[in-house]
Amino acid sequence: MEYLIIIISAVFVNNIVLSQFLGICPFLGVSNKVGTATGMSAAVVFVITLSTLVTYLIDHYVLVSLDITFMRTIVFILVIAALVQMVEIILKKISPSLYQALGIFLPLITTNCTVLGVAISVVTKEFTFGGEAHMLNLGETVVYAASSALGFGVAMILFAGIREQLELVSVPKAFKGTPIALITAGILAMAFMGFSGLV
Amino acid sequence: MSKLSIITKGIIKDNPTFILVLGMCPTLGTTTSAINGMGMGLATTFVLILSNVFISLLAGLIPDKVRIPAYIVIIASFVTVLELVMQAYVPALYSALGLFIPLIVVNCIILGRAEAFANKNTPLDSALDGIGIGLGFTMALTLIGMVRELLGNLSFFGMKIADGDGILAFVLAPGAFIVLGYLMVIFRKLTNKKA
Repeated sequence: MEYLIIIISAVFVNNIVLSQFLGICPFLGVSNKVGTATGMSAAVVFVITLSTLVTYLIDHYVLVSLDITFMRTIVFILVIAALVQMVEIILKKISPSLYQALGIFLPLITTNCTVLGVAISVVTKEFTFGGEAHMLNLGETVVYAASSALGFGVAMILFAGIREQLELVSVPKAFKGTPIALITAGILAMAFMGFSGLV
Repeated sequence: MSKLSIITKGIIKDNPTFILVLGMCPTLGTTTSAINGMGMGLATTFVLILSNVFISLLAGLIPDKVRIPAYIVIIASFVTVLELVMQAYVPALYSALGLFIPLIVVNCIILGRAEAFANKNTPLDSALDGIGIGLGFTMALTLIGMVRELLGNLSFFGMKIADGDGILAFVLAPGAFIVLGYLMVIFRKLTNKKA
C-alpha cells in the first residue's frame, strides 16, 4: 500500500518535471517526436533507478560512516558519470539492439539534473507518504527513484505528443520554438496541479 | 574583442536564459520571488567565474580525452565551497534554494562556457566572460522572479505594494513556464526587430 502511494505521488502529484522543475533541458530539447521522447525516458528510468541505488548505498556505508557528507555533490556526480559510461559499455557488449535504441541518449544523461537531483534528495530530505515524515529506507528509495523517473517519462511523452501537433499550427513568429513550448508546458503543469491533494 | 564587449555580449547577445536557453531548471525552479532569483543567479555567477578562471589556467595540463570529467570535478569542488559558505553566512537563502544549489554542478551554462570559452582563452578574458554570462543569468532570473512575485503575491522584492491576494498560479509551477515563455518573446522582439 505504501509503495502504491509513493508511485502515485511521484508520478502525478509531485511530478519531477512539471512541479519540481528537474530535467527541463531534455524536456524541452528532446521532446519533438514521441519516438525520441520514449527512448530518452526509457534510458532515464534505467539510469536513475540504478544510480540512486548505488549513491544511496555509498552515502550510507561510506560518506555517513566516515562523516564526510559535505563531499556528497562531488562523489555523487562522479559516481553517476562513471555509471553512465559503464552502462553504455555493458549495453554495447550485451544487447546491441538496446544500445542502438538508448545509446545516443546515454551521454546526455550525465548532465540531466533529474539524476543528481533524485540521488541528493533521497539522502537529504524527509518524505511523507501517508504517514509521518521519515527518511526513506532502501526499498522505498528504489521505488521512489523508479517512479520519479517514470513521472519524467509520462510528462515527456505527453509533451512530445502535444508538440507534434504544435508543429502543424501557425504561431506568431516571435513565439516559434521555445516560447510556445514553454507556454504549452505551463498549461500542462496546470493540468497536473489537478492531482494535488490526491495523496 | 575588447574587454568590455566580452562582458556585454553575455548580457544581451548571448544571454544564457533568453537567447541560448540554457540552465532552465534553476531558472524555473528558484524564481518564486525576486530575491530568490537574484540569490540563485549570484550563486551561479560565483561558481562560473571561479571555474572559468581555473579551467583556463589548467587548459594546457588536462589531456583532451578526460577534459569533461576533469571540468566536472573542478566545478563540483567550487559548488561544494559555495554550499559551505552559504550554509554558514546566508542559511535562510540556502534553505530556500534547497536542491538547486548542489545542482549548479549539472547546470549546462557552466560546462558550456568551460568548453566554448574558458579552455581556449586567457584567465582574465575567461573571468570577464564569467562575469558577463553570470550577470546576464542573474538579471534574467531577477526579472522572472520580479514578474512572478508581482503577479502572484502583489509584492516587489518582498514589500507588499497592494492589498489582497495575487494570482497564486504565478508563484506555483505553471506560472514559471508561462512567465518565462512570454518574457522570451518580449526579449526577442526587443533584440531583433524582424521577429
